Amino acid sequence: MECKTTAVVSGDVNDSIDMPDLPRRQFDALIIGAGGGGLRAALQLANADASVAVVSKVFPTRSHTVAAQGGMNAALANVLPDNWHWHMFDTVKGSDYLGDQDAIEYMCRAAPTAVYELEHFGVPFSRLDNGSIYQRPFGGQSQNFGGDQAARTCAAADRTGHAILHSLYQQNIRAKTHFFDEYFAVDLLKDDQGYILGALAFNIHNGEPVIIEAKTTLLATGGAGQLFRTTTNALINTGDGMGMALRAGVPLQDMEFFQFHPTGIAGRGMLITEGARGEGGYLVNADGERLMERYAPKAKDLASRDVVSRAIATEVREGRGCGPNKDHVMLKLDHLGEDVIQKRLPGIRQTCITFVGIDPAVAPVPIFPTAHYTMGGIPTNRDGQVVMPVKDTPEEPVPGLYAAGECACVSVHGANRLGGNSLLDILVFGRAAANHIIDYLSENRYHRPIDSDSLESAVNRMQRWDRKGDGEGESVSGLRDELKMVMENHCSVFRNDEVLAEGVAKVEQIVERFKHARIDDHSAVFNTARVEALELENLLGVALATIHSARARQESRGAHSRTDYTERDDINWMRHSLYSLDTGLDYKPVRTKPISVDSFPPKARVY
Amino acid sequence: MLEYSELKWRCRRGMLELDILLNSYLDENYRTMSADQGAVFNEILDYPDQVLFDLLLGNMQSSDDNVNRLIRDIQRIHQ
Repeated sequence: MECKTTAVVSGDVNDSIDMPDLPRRQFDALIIGAGGGGLRAALQLANADASVAVVSKVFPTRSHTVAAQGGMNAALANVLPDNWHWHMFDTVKGSDYLGDQDAIEYMCRAAPTAVYELEHFGVPFSRLDNGSIYQRPFGGQSQNFGGDQAARTCAAADRTGHAILHSLYQQNIRAKTHFFDEYFAVDLLKDDQGYILGALAFNIHNGEPVIIEAKTTLLATGGAGQLFRTTTNALINTGDGMGMALRAGVPLQDMEFFQFHPTGIAGRGMLITEGARGEGGYLVNADGERLMERYAPKAKDLASRDVVSRAIATEVREGRGCGPNKDHVMLKLDHLGEDVIQKRLPGIRQTCITFVGIDPAVAPVPIFPTAHYTMGGIPTNRDGQVVMPVKDTPEEPVPGLYAAGECACVSVHGANRLGGNSLLDILVFGRAAANHIIDYLSENRYHRPIDSDSLESAVNRMQRWDRKGDGEGESVSGLRDELKMVMENHCSVFRNDEVLAEGVAKVEQIVERFKHARIDDHSAVFNTARVEALELENLLGVALATIHSARARQESRGAHSRTDYTERDDINWMRHSLYSLDTGLDYKPVRTKPISVDSFPPKARVY
Repeated sequence: MLEYSELKWRCRRGMLELDILLNSYLDENYRTMSADQGAVFNEILDYPDQVLFDLLLGNMQSSDDNVNRLIRDIQRIHQ
């Protein structure tokens, strides 16, 4: 993209620097990301008469919230007895006691209201015969603090995320939220006192940059599943907000906790649900051995997710993987017969045929654990304010900066997220952040001037990819593929110090090589190569945070499972990790005190 | 017909399944697509993700034969 070189930036601009003459837009609030969290916040703000801009790199209804099929937890007690306190207990226990209990109490208490609000926005929740909202049972839910199974998940058939996203988008159009569709946010902008004042973005259609000045900025960019070769996440999930936060000096919290599902289609990532093994499917290695008999002699293929995931990864690491690269195992279903498969597993059969050309009624399906959900993220308090350690204060708010949803770590999921709690998280904390922004705006009425260094740094980062090099340097796509493979081999379900140390060295080497990377497309119009280069830079920051935090945490807790430290260690490790690009690792205590009830002390997490 | 780069960006969706199928089809067929085929491809990219998912995974059929023909071609890409 071509930029004029006359400086018109407000404040004291150094004339010797090539500062572009960039268009500016001003808003009370800038939301980066148009999934459920961003749109819920935008709607709350627009309804409060704030001027709101939403920047989204894809059309808003193509955000990843659309893929959330399961539902949303709330203790409505429509099907079985329930209350928010039981929901809170399940969430604390599910988090393996790393979740902050004040935030969890807040979320579980707010859940019923969040559901009723969505209903009023037009979400067609599935119904019971008596007209009230249907609720289905999900794993990890209990009545009476660990008793019988609860039924807590509200759903709009199997398309809850889709229904929520479309309803919120339509409500935002009605409320006159301003959308920057297919714009890419490059970096946060700030002043010399650390106030976050919006972002530099560019239009993907034509490469034109724009400064979006805002009194408040909310990051709602979703997770970072594209960090791993095998993932359920869409291509857009590249941790953009996390990368922006890191470059703005904000640490990332608890990034070592990444949820994996054991049975993804190898090399593709999409899920084959537990139902396939429940019907009698089983895993085999390259020798044709039924491998789970060795790892879980009793439960075999129906052992818990982390056990099955580690078993698959161990087989591959020890050379018993299948295929020319020995990088997966096989799920065998053909012994069930075509009639059973077609009757009980039609969706799985169609998925396998469509994506790998294999009919499971005829041949086994290649399988590998697939990265699913980022529990860690940008640290926030329960008002959605981004917080970081400053001197002796572990949680000092960054003025003007907020985060919500999967990119944030509030932390309600701790070391392991429960099914049905992610949609709840984005809606409750998107709304909470917006409410705090409304208060902040009443006390911060004017735009503050943006620091020229901050703008210059963002512009340089964007323009780097416009410069035509000499054809040398590695390709961005090659480095991205290598990063994803390194993270899969060194920081997925099989973790010990040796494997992680090798991974740290490899990621740091890729970060160095990226400094000399090149792209071959320098055009302005729909330059996807430039977007992918900026996305890779975001992923690299997230990768550093993830693998450093994982190596340092010498225990097994929730999704972080170490073969050299197999037990949870509450004495030394019941604390949150913080990783900053400038200062490396730091820690802060878990908030074990809820708002109004007694704490749930750590216990063994047994189901 | 839209340029490859614009179609490529429109193939970025909220669901991994759609990313894989649409990008693979575009990469394999863009050079040989007729203007009519390009127009139908561009048309389905306007569909909501959930509708595209249901069409491509065989849960739904379109009333437009051209769309059904294209969907079948996309479904065959990895078979």
